[in-house]
Amino acid sequence: MNPRTVYLDHAATTPMASAAIEAMTAELALVGNASSLHASGRRARRVLEESRERIAAALGSRPGEVVFTSGGTEADNLALKGAFWARRGQDPARTRILTTTVEHHAVLDPLQWLETTEGAHVELVPCDETGRVDLAAMKEAIERDPASVAVISVMWANNEVGTLQPVTEVAEMAAAHGIPVHTDAVQAVGAVPVDFATSGVDALSLTGHKLGGPVGAGALVVRRELELTALVHGGGQERDVRSGTHATAAIAGFAAAVELAVKEQEAYATRVGALRDRLVEQVLAAVPDSHLNGPPLQPLGRHRLPNNAQIAFPGCEGDSLLMLLDAAGVECSTGAACSAGVPQASHVLLAMGQSDEQARSSLRFSLGHTTTDEDVDRLVAAIGPAVERGRAAGLQR
Amino acid sequence: MRVVAAMSGGVDSAVAAARAKEAGHDVTGVHLALSRNPASYRSGARGCCTIEDANDARRAADVIGIPFYVWDLSDRFHEDVVEDFMSEYAEGRTPNPCLRCNEKIKFAAVLDRALALGFDAVATGHYATLREDADGLVELHRAVDGGKDQSYVLGVLDQDQLRHSLFPLGDTPKPQVREEAARRGLLVADKPDSHDICFVADGDNAGWLREKLGDRAPNESGPIVDESGEVLGEHQGTYAYTIGQRKGLRLGKPAPDGKPRFVLDIEPVSGTVTVGPREHLAVDGLSGIRPRWAGRAPEGVLEGTVQLRAHGDEHRARVTVTGDDVEIELLDPAYGIAPGQAAVIYDGTRVVGSATISSTRRAALT
Repeated sequence: MNPRTVYLDHAATTPMASAAIEAMTAELALVGNASSLHASGRRARRVLEESRERIAAALGSRPGEVVFTSGGTEADNLALKGAFWARRGQDPARTRILTTTVEHHAVLDPLQWLETTEGAHVELVPCDETGRVDLAAMKEAIERDPASVAVISVMWANNEVGTLQPVTEVAEMAAAHGIPVHTDAVQAVGAVPVDFATSGVDALSLTGHKLGGPVGAGALVVRRELELTALVHGGGQERDVRSGTHATAAIAGFAAAVELAVKEQEAYATRVGALRDRLVEQVLAAVPDSHLNGPPLQPLGRHRLPNNAQIAFPGCEGDSLLMLLDAAGVECSTGAACSAGVPQASHVLLAMGQSDEQARSSLRFSLGHTTTDEDVDRLVAAIGPAVERGRAAGLQR
Repeated sequence: MRVVAAMSGGVDSAVAAARAKEAGHDVTGVHLALSRNPASYRSGARGCCTIEDANDARRAADVIGIPFYVWDLSDRFHEDVVEDFMSEYAEGRTPNPCLRCNEKIKFAAVLDRALALGFDAVATGHYATLREDADGLVELHRAVDGGKDQSYVLGVLDQDQLRHSLFPLGDTPKPQVREEAARRGLLVADKPDSHDICFVADGDNAGWLREKLGDRAPNESGPIVDESGEVLGEHQGTYAYTIGQRKGLRLGKPAPDGKPRFVLDIEPVSGTVTVGPREHLAVDGLSGIRPRWAGRAPEGVLEGTVQLRAHGDEHRARVTVTGDDVEIELLDPAYGIAPGQAAVIYDGTRVVGSATISSTRRAALT
């Protein structure tokens, strides 16, 4: 048996920080609906509002701009559907939505749904071979007919290859025409500096469990000026755009995690970035013909998330490798899998110009706050034999 | 041994995986995704190939305590099994896709991948038994539960495939397997058995073929004639018929003797379906091609038995093999035998091998 599991899938979810566990468990032991008027309700409400203030302070927003959700997917849905409906309601000519080819499914799928059922026209702006959106193409798409654009969505950092997007530049282009911009910053907060006010975006999604908080709590940070149509109706919580009793305990844990992650961001990036650089260097040295996908590693935090390494192992299936590494106690990811668990070629790598075969032969290693030197050593020791076997099994089809 | 347990989501493969683990093997559960567009939920008689079935398999693996993965073999399955099924029907033959799947997918694509990845064997929930003979050859035998015996659909496996196979259920009657599943806490203990062809959702072969073949159908209509050539009706594509079929012929004119009529012959090029009385279906000789031998090919004349369809009767037979040609003389005539079906040859309970029927010889009428 392996002494300990080597967990290199922090971009999927990362262990909770002790501070977050403490904040959450303390609250779990108490009673109180934050909407109740009595003392217990006021107490819960205080926890809720303090959490909102802590998150706002950490992200450079005002507390009133933080709308709590169940997580990143709900925040993305609220931003996109909510802004599309509200903006088209104001002007029926606003039917276009601009986004990139490399977004997470939590953005692409609601947009596809808006297209098929709500008459939206979604334009996917292409990216270069590192996964960075083509700014000239974005500019052209905006300026072709700015009055018809309902909303623009560009992720802060890509979940598969870690590419940092020129979100601020897009926000500037859009601001010239009064078009709201949303960004999915689920992978970015705590990994790179994220400041809502200076970014120029109108809405930003984040989630607790990617930065040391619990699963089940996230937020859409959204300017008061951006009107959103509610998706969930009920008690009118969260400025009437997201009804439902507040998950006070999860939100308390989420806030503690955000505060900690943002405070430690620079030290985290330096430490984890160095581990990631060594991981890439030694894995590439251990496996002939392997190569890094996506943007360059250096300078740290300029082009790419500090904790992401996406590596191609030509000649073998990523899912074979994943299974072999799993058996050796090393956990990583191939990208997306459908609901049945069938590995699919990553739409991100395909959008970056890779072939289906190339896309299926890649693994994502994502590091986090618990990653150690020993984890990297264990991966480096396991990867060579795994690729050898994986290549013997070859590519399917 | 390191073993891949192929888990469909049904009760048999779940218990097989559990038994393999209990026997001391290092078992990994693998669900084969065979459909390109899996339906979310089960419907009709199917017991596999939906997302719900994949989840059933996953939950069984959790309970057994083994790792679990989904392997996408949908492209291979489509090419090697579904396409073959369509083209065989278009040619007027009656294939058995389960044998084809065992030969090309479960004990080929999956086994090859498993071996390359460092596994030693593939375990399935088929009802059949393996024994080793005096020379160290692995023999395939019928299961103890004659009613559930699935050695027929494994009759295409060669020695190399058998050597890397495990059939942990061969010694157990089905009801006991269900009891054991319940005892082991497997939620699929009561799940109904699957029937029919897994990729034909509602069991309507003809409707499925009509939709999928489209322009590739050899004909869209033609005459149904009796043996004298008299036209008795019209059909909507020869591929919708199987030799020995009685139902759904919609003949306009009853037989002079009032007896039911059966499909005797299908001729896709001229688009003709010939019908006649049951006794004219009797066959006492078969020619087979594409033989597959479990061990050594028989030499001289083998006096054994053959089985011609899944769960079909055993027929006493004399089998002569010349190269890749197999001649089978049936001592008990068989009815409704179509080219394309597999003849699996047995010596007692032992599977000798199989051949694909290329032509049949009608028994002389007495």
